[in-house]
Amino acid sequence: MRSLRIICPNGHLGFAPIRVESFRMGVEARPDVIAADSGSDDVGPIPLGTDTSTSPRAWQAHDLEHMLLASRSLRVPMIIGSSGDTGANSRVDLYVGIIRELAQKHRLPPFKLGYFYSQIPKEELRRRMRAGETVAGLEGYDDLTEAELDATERIVAMAGVHPFIKLLEAGADVIIGGRSSDSCVFAAPAIHHGFPEDLSYYLGKVLECASFCAEPYGGKETVLGEITSDAVVVTAMHPDQRCTVASVAGHAMYERSNPYFEHVAGGTLDMSHCRYEQVDARSTRITGPQFQRAPEFRVKLEGAGRIGERYVGMVGIRDPYTIAHVDQVIAWARDKVRERFGPEDKGGYGLYYNVYGRDGVMGEREPMRDRPAHELCILVQGVAPTAEMAEEICMIGTRQMFYARLPEVKGSAGSVAFALDEVLRASPSYRWTVNHTLRCDDPLELFPTHLTAAGIDGSAR
Amino acid sequence: MKTRKLSELAKTIRSKNAGVNLITFDIIFAERSTYEQVKRSRVLTRETVSELYRVAPDRIADFVEFDPANAIKFTIYRSRPSGSPGDPDIFGAQQYAPLLDIEVPVE
Repeated sequence: MRSLRIICPNGHLGFAPIRVESFRMGVEARPDVIAADSGSDDVGPIPLGTDTSTSPRAWQAHDLEHMLLASRSLRVPMIIGSSGDTGANSRVDLYVGIIRELAQKHRLPPFKLGYFYSQIPKEELRRRMRAGETVAGLEGYDDLTEAELDATERIVAMAGVHPFIKLLEAGADVIIGGRSSDSCVFAAPAIHHGFPEDLSYYLGKVLECASFCAEPYGGKETVLGEITSDAVVVTAMHPDQRCTVASVAGHAMYERSNPYFEHVAGGTLDMSHCRYEQVDARSTRITGPQFQRAPEFRVKLEGAGRIGERYVGMVGIRDPYTIAHVDQVIAWARDKVRERFGPEDKGGYGLYYNVYGRDGVMGEREPMRDRPAHELCILVQGVAPTAEMAEEICMIGTRQMFYARLPEVKGSAGSVAFALDEVLRASPSYRWTVNHTLRCDDPLELFPTHLTAAGIDGSAR
Repeated sequence: MKTRKLSELAKTIRSKNAGVNLITFDIIFAERSTYEQVKRSRVLTRETVSELYRVAPDRIADFVEFDPANAIKFTIYRSRPSGSPGDPDIFGAQQYAPLLDIEVPVE
């Protein structure tokens, strides 16, 4: 094989639907693989904690349907990583189920459906910790303790290329992956076909966010990446988009703290010696990336822990005097919650205020917080072990703002405006408890693979 | 000395999560000469962004002048991980606004 061509229609499958027109153009270019990643830790810890997806099943099925039909009609592999945002076992099962349903709906001829899981049971991680393994903290996290493990609801491990390659070797036509590094979804088929790791991981890096490596900005459009033994060429499929030296080099920066390095299970992609070259109006050629295998095989783990049930309330303020003294209004309401439930730390609850119009979006980082707007909206959140307690905390924390006593206020009939005189139940509150790495002897040991048949065989028609 | 706002000089000014505990900022220029000019002006350094964002210098995880993309990029630690209760910006996508009005001396 002299070159391998992969199309990617979506940087986060299911989060917003793929744009069908540029996907069709990508399919018409007759790629060798159709692949997309469906996951992100951007969505916060709640989906992993509650074992849900952030988007409706219909959106996920929409993207999977387009990809599956194209993959089966071209007879080329379809590869999905980090199923259903989190890549938890339930999300893999969900996607496997959707693929089976779609195969029935469209009466697709038989194909091999491969999938793998990424979840690691808490007790398995505890066993390894007790056997002396350090679960090392990333990005300022301390090494994992058993107390933090106890506080964790669910943990997924981030797969590298290995389970994808194993399933490709077994002949899978469709692969549904658990949590995986975005770039590995694309690097795996390239490595499987014998292309150098240096370029394969780069191919994955540049394709993983679909049209985010193109300009002008426009998400969810298809891009095509081609790998040979000495270069990667990436091409925008949408007629109005171009992959330029600037857009491709710029994409290397996206969502990472350092633009030169990308860490995956088993090594690091070093892009500091990349050379970029415009080859035609819509394509850029990249040479010079290097992949360094890590001396120790470490896998990233992600885990979410439940804090409590949550209610939210909202109030508005228009009186300039009250706006200038909004911290006193909040302090008054906090005090009333404290009178009922004790201080936050001892009472086992949380009460949070975001003051929109002053520093609601940036909090303590807001440089203009001393210049509030002429009206404010305040979001109140109460978090507590039970829904009843969270509701009452949020209700006191919201309604008591109405009764705040400011010494010189002219309006004495109510300090805030209610659009809703109620508090609303929100998703439970979670936090990222695990953002760590774990050493493994075998790259596949956390990622059990399965291969089954799907589609309609001749006898069933 | 004449100045221009960074928002008039840069093509892209954005912020986004880089993992669950970091927010990264990209300031990208269309022209190499503009990029070099802003670099020379020293309006964007570890020190200036630390002051602008009211974060201690040791809370700046990375500061890179990225020549291949005509871009200046820095990354700060969050005060709490993304999505923790009270976090107002789970994706870290609206933290770039204070950069827009930075005054850059121009020759």
